[in-house]
Amino acid sequence: MSWFSPGRLRAVVLKEFVQMRRDRATFAMIVGIPVVQLLLFGYAINSDPRHLPTVVLDADGGPYARAIVQAMRRSGYFEVRDHAPSEAAARELLQLGRAQFVLNIPVDFSRRLLRGERPAVLLEADATDPAATGPALAALSLLMAGVLDRDLPGPLAELHGGAGPVELLVHRHFNPENITQYNTVPGLMGVVLTMTMVIITALAITRERERGTMENLLATPVRPLEVLTGKILPYIAVGYLQISLVLGAARLLFDVPMEGSLALLYAVALLFIVANLSVGITFSTLAKNQLQAVQMAFFFFLPSLLLSGFMFPFRGMPGWAQAVGGCLPLTHFLRIARGVLLKGAGFADIAPELWPIALFMAAVMAVALKRYRRTLD
Amino acid sequence: MDLVIDVQGITKRFGGKTVVNGLDMQVGRGEIHGFLGPNGSGKTTFIRMLCGLLTPDAGSGACLGLDVLRQQAAIRLQVGYMTQRFSLYEDLSIRENLDFVARLYAVPDRRAAVAESLERLGLAGRSRQLAGQLSGGWKQRLALAACLIHRPKLLLLDEPTAGVDPKARREFWDEIHQLAAGGLTVLVTTHYMDEAERCHRIAYIAYGSLLARGTVPEVIARAGLATWEIGGPDLPRTAARLRALPGLEQVVAFGGTLHVSTRDRARAQASLAEAFRGGAQRCAEITPGLEDVFISLMGAARDNFERGAAASETREEAPRP
Ligand SMILES: Nc1ncnc2c1ncn2[C@@H]1O[C@H](COP(=O)(O)OP(=O)(O)OP(=O)(O)O)[C@@H](O)[C@H]1O
Ligand SMILES: [Mg+2]
Repeated sequence: MSWFSPGRLRAVVLKEFVQMRRDRATFAMIVGIPVVQLLLFGYAINSDPRHLPTVVLDADGGPYARAIVQAMRRSGYFEVRDHAPSEAAARELLQLGRAQFVLNIPVDFSRRLLRGERPAVLLEADATDPAATGPALAALSLLMAGVLDRDLPGPLAELHGGAGPVELLVHRHFNPENITQYNTVPGLMGVVLTMTMVIITALAITRERERGTMENLLATPVRPLEVLTGKILPYIAVGYLQISLVLGAARLLFDVPMEGSLALLYAVALLFIVANLSVGITFSTLAKNQLQAVQMAFFFFLPSLLLSGFMFPFRGMPGWAQAVGGCLPLTHFLRIARGVLLKGAGFADIAPELWPIALFMAAVMAVALKRYRRTLD
Repeated sequence: MDLVIDVQGITKRFGGKTVVNGLDMQVGRGEIHGFLGPNGSGKTTFIRMLCGLLTPDAGSGACLGLDVLRQQAAIRLQVGYMTQRFSLYEDLSIRENLDFVARLYAVPDRRAAVAESLERLGLAGRSRQLAGQLSGGWKQRLALAACLIHRPKLLLLDEPTAGVDPKARREFWDEIHQLAAGGLTVLVTTHYMDEAERCHRIAYIAYGSLLARGTVPEVIARAGLATWEIGGPDLPRTAARLRALPGLEQVVAFGGTLHVSTRDRARAQASLAEAFRGGAQRCAEITPGLEDVFISLMGAARDNFERGAAASETREEAPRP
């Protein structure tokens, strides 16, 4: 009796396809997770916060002070709510968290500016969350220089250039718009695949066991390799569907550049998809029930999310974390996706990222084949 | 005789508990062999070992002429196993389930085989219905059809008629008899006495050990049981009274009568004569039925088992040096 039969594999694949089609919840997950994650990471979790409430204490009232406030409004970072009646009131707003910034413009600001005395403008910031204020502060320092450049009249043009009128701590030096989506969306593709592919197959065999269908399946001549690959193949199509969803959104919603070859990305994604499906199928041979399988999937998902370089810069992590991250397929796929999409990397550039994924997959599949039981013992 | 199942000393332990204990079984071609025993006696476990779903801890033998320990894959190809619990896919339609099984067994001319199977089931019109939406009785019929589709030589049926109405049960058994007439061998577990009587031969096990085997009349005769039927008013009180008498091993309510059975005929007769002198109740000796025999066997096995367990406990408590 043959140890592998294409006919039996076909039977399992067809059956899985039909079951997948009937399983509304799984189908919703397949489409829902990429969409929700895109919206979350693409829009909601924005590391470049804007419209921060700002209060202005304008003791000067001159045109230059107004020009600064106008420019701040236009930048989008500051939402200038009102002019506070007093310094005490402004400080209280800051204290209560109603205002992120208080801008103090001193009494003789315009006069001293025209005299070229470099008057000080004090920006008090609620720096509880540095990530929230950093980009805005950086934008402000650029903007001050720009506004006054334009507004200072001819004879005072000599004041242009050199040190600006206000010194602000600058956290970020370039890219005043800082479009985080460029970096996030390609990575999101890998995250979505890791999450859904692992969970879908993690349930595959435990579900058979829990529903009692395993007993019937084992009594038939079907072989372990046929069951395992038969449960992986249909979900490759699902993986590609998800990739297309994310890439489509990257193009339409976020204008992410696509420098390299999409065909190359699609081809290489196959390895990554199969690697994740293998992880799931391995979990499902190890787990006793569906709950355990889902827990294992999350246990794999968390380090993938945290140590792959998606959440935190890979080079900023300690050595051991980099070592763990280096084993995970997501780490390498992130580099591939970002490389191909943002930098236009070709096959030669991404080849070094391929073999760690392949190695990982082979190891995991070996465990699955070893653990898949041919009996109910 | 041409033996399809021929195994000796099959034993299975789960964590130190012996669930099947040195069981022998011989079943000839075309035979319908009943397999009976109380809940948890090891019937399902034994059947699973026959078709390679569990590995025996001890024992040897052949199934369809193939070694049960080493040629499990080849055995599977020729065995149809109907599980005790419905184990087809509830989210596949009737046709999809049959088609899946047929593909796995590489049934020649699959479409025709599935169509014929649907026709025989009487489900051709509902072949698109999901298996999960079928009633219990129809599920059983679908399961039977699925395990027949690859034309097995041996059919292992684990409580195929549990929860099925009497008419459907009769049809089911008619079909089994037809199949057996065609040369198919059937091993079937059941808890129904009428079904046991429809088998060519039966085996009765309890606590994993074989207690009786043979044709139904043989099993009854070998039990050496004497049984009386008691009718009349006020039976519950009578039953309590009879249980206190010497020599009466079992007193069981059977519909509107009591069945009193014993293996010690002479003593029981004396006790009964004493008890019913001049009473309003009827007492007549009858031939014991299969059920009387099984209840008696089960009681004896329980006594044995408990004595065995007690003996091993006292051994463990033996004084240490
Ligand atoms: N996988 C297992 N692990 C541990 N114990 C088991 C396992 N399978 C069965 N048993 C135990 O073995 C004993 C025999 O079970 P089995 O299912 O064979 O009985 P059965 O005769 O089929 O009973 P029923 O008539 O209720 O179906 C039971 O006590 C059961 O608890
Ligand atoms: Mg059972």
